[in-house]
Amino acid sequence: MSFLRFLKSKKKKRKTSTDSDRGILVFEHTSEVIKAESVLKKDGWKIKVMGPPPEIRSGCDLVIEFPLIEELNILRSLEEAGASPLEIVPVSSPLLQPVNLFQNKDFGKYLMIRAANMKLTIDKETLNIVNVSGGGCPDVPYLASEMVGRSLNEAPSPREIGHTLCGYALQLAYEEMRRR
Amino acid sequence: MIGVVGTVPDPDFPLVTGEIRLKDDSIYIQGKQILVNRGTPALLAATIKTAEVLEQGAPFGYLVGDVGLGHGSRRLYEYLSGHLGKRDFNTIVFHYLQPDVDWHNRVLFAVEEMERRPVLIADAGFMYAAKMSGQSPKYDLFTPDIGELAFLADEEAPHPFYTRGFILHEENRVPELIARAYKHENAARCLLVKGKQDYVADQKGIIATVDIYVEESMEAIGGTGDTLTGIVSALIGTGMEVAKAAIIAARVNRLAGFYAKPTPATQVMDIIQHIPTALAKILSENEKGELWAKQS
Repeated sequence: MSFLRFLKSKKKKRKTSTDSDRGILVFEHTSEVIKAESVLKKDGWKIKVMGPPPEIRSGCDLVIEFPLIEELNILRSLEEAGASPLEIVPVSSPLLQPVNLFQNKDFGKYLMIRAANMKLTIDKETLNIVNVSGGGCPDVPYLASEMVGRSLNEAPSPREIGHTLCGYALQLAYEEMRRR
Repeated sequence: MIGVVGTVPDPDFPLVTGEIRLKDDSIYIQGKQILVNRGTPALLAATIKTAEVLEQGAPFGYLVGDVGLGHGSRRLYEYLSGHLGKRDFNTIVFHYLQPDVDWHNRVLFAVEEMERRPVLIADAGFMYAAKMSGQSPKYDLFTPDIGELAFLADEEAPHPFYTRGFILHEENRVPELIARAYKHENAARCLLVKGKQDYVADQKGIIATVDIYVEESMEAIGGTGDTLTGIVSALIGTGMEVAKAAIIAARVNRLAGFYAKPTPATQVMDIIQHIPTALAKILSENEKGELWAKQS
C-alpha cells in the first residue's frame, strides 16, 4: 500500500457516518454487489453491505452503504473495475442489517455452521465439505454441487460463484468455518 | 394432478413443462435428465416415490435452469402468468425460484383465474416472495425450517438474511415464532415447521408436534426439507386434509431418514430410497389409529 493510500484509509476510518451523510449503491444482481464489495474493501473504503430501503426492494436484494462525501472517488474505483452501480440513492430511512449471528453444531467427526438460513458442514479431519443445506434461492443447489466433496481450501467460495442472498449467507458460514 | 414449479442448477437448461419420471438417481422431463441432489429435483423425487405408493399419477413439472442470476426464474414466472390460468391442478407446489414480488403477484393472479382453485403450497424462494408480497394467507401450506420461520415471524424482514437479531432462531421459541407469524399475517393457512421436532400449526395454534426417530444429522443434509415438502405435496394431492397430510409427511420423512442411518455426510438420494417403506409403515399405523393416538 502506498503512503498516500495509507493516509487516505486512515482518514476514512476516522470518519463516522450518520443517516444524512450516507448513500447506497444499487446494483442489478446480488453478485454485482458482491463484486463491488470486494473491489471497494480491497481499496480500503469503509462500506457496509446492507438491506435496501422498502421503496427499492424487489425480493433478493443487497445494497452497499457508503459515505456520500466519497461518492466520486468510490464511483471511480468501481468504474475502473467494471463494477458500476445502476443508481446511487441517499439514505433516508434505516437500512436492514444482515444477520450476523452464527450457530455451530458439533457432530464429533463433522462440524456444521449456520448463518441465517444457510448451513455448511465439513469433515473436521479432512476439511472436506460434506454438505450444504438450507436456503431457498436458485443458486443454492448449484453452490452445493460445486462445493460438496471438495476441500474447504480448494472449493470455490460462494462469493465467487453465488449470486443471491442465500449465496451471501453461505459465504458468511464459509468464512466463519475458515476462521476456525 | 400435482403441479410443481421450480428451478434446476444448470444455466443452459431450457424452460420445460411436462410429466416427471424418476429412474435411479435422476428425474426426467421431456427426455431431459436431471440428477437428484437437492432443491426442486429432490422434492420431485420424493413426490414421485410417495405417489407411487399411493397409486397416484406422476407430477407435472414446470422447470427451468437458474443458478441464481434470476434469468430462468423470470422466464418461468412470465410463462406461468400466461399459462397457469388455463390449467387444472388439484395441488400446486411453488419451490426454488428467485424471489421476486412483482412476478409472484402476477403468478397469483393467474392462479386466481383457474376454474378450480388448487391447494397452494410454497417453500424456498417462492415462499420468501409470498411472505414479502403480504399475501401469505392465500396459501394453504408453507414448509419453513427454523431460520425461515424466524423470517416469517419478522414482519420487517424481506429475506431470511435480514431477520432481526432479537427474533432468535431457537427450537424452544418455535411456538412463539409461529404465533408472531400469524399475528402479522405472514403465514399460510397451515404451517409445517421442519426441525429437531417438527410442528404442524394453524392460526389457532400448534396442532401437533412430531419428534419420533430423531436423527440429529438430518439438519446438515441438504435436501431433507425438500423431501418433506415433496411427501406432503403428494399426500395432499390425494385429497387428504392439509394438517393431517403434514403430520403424516413429517413422520414419513423422519422415518426414511432413520432407515438411511444418516451421518452429516449422507446425500439426500440415500434417504429418498427409503420413502416407500417408511410411508407404508406410517400409513399402516394411521389405519390402526396409532398415529392419532400419539398426537393427542
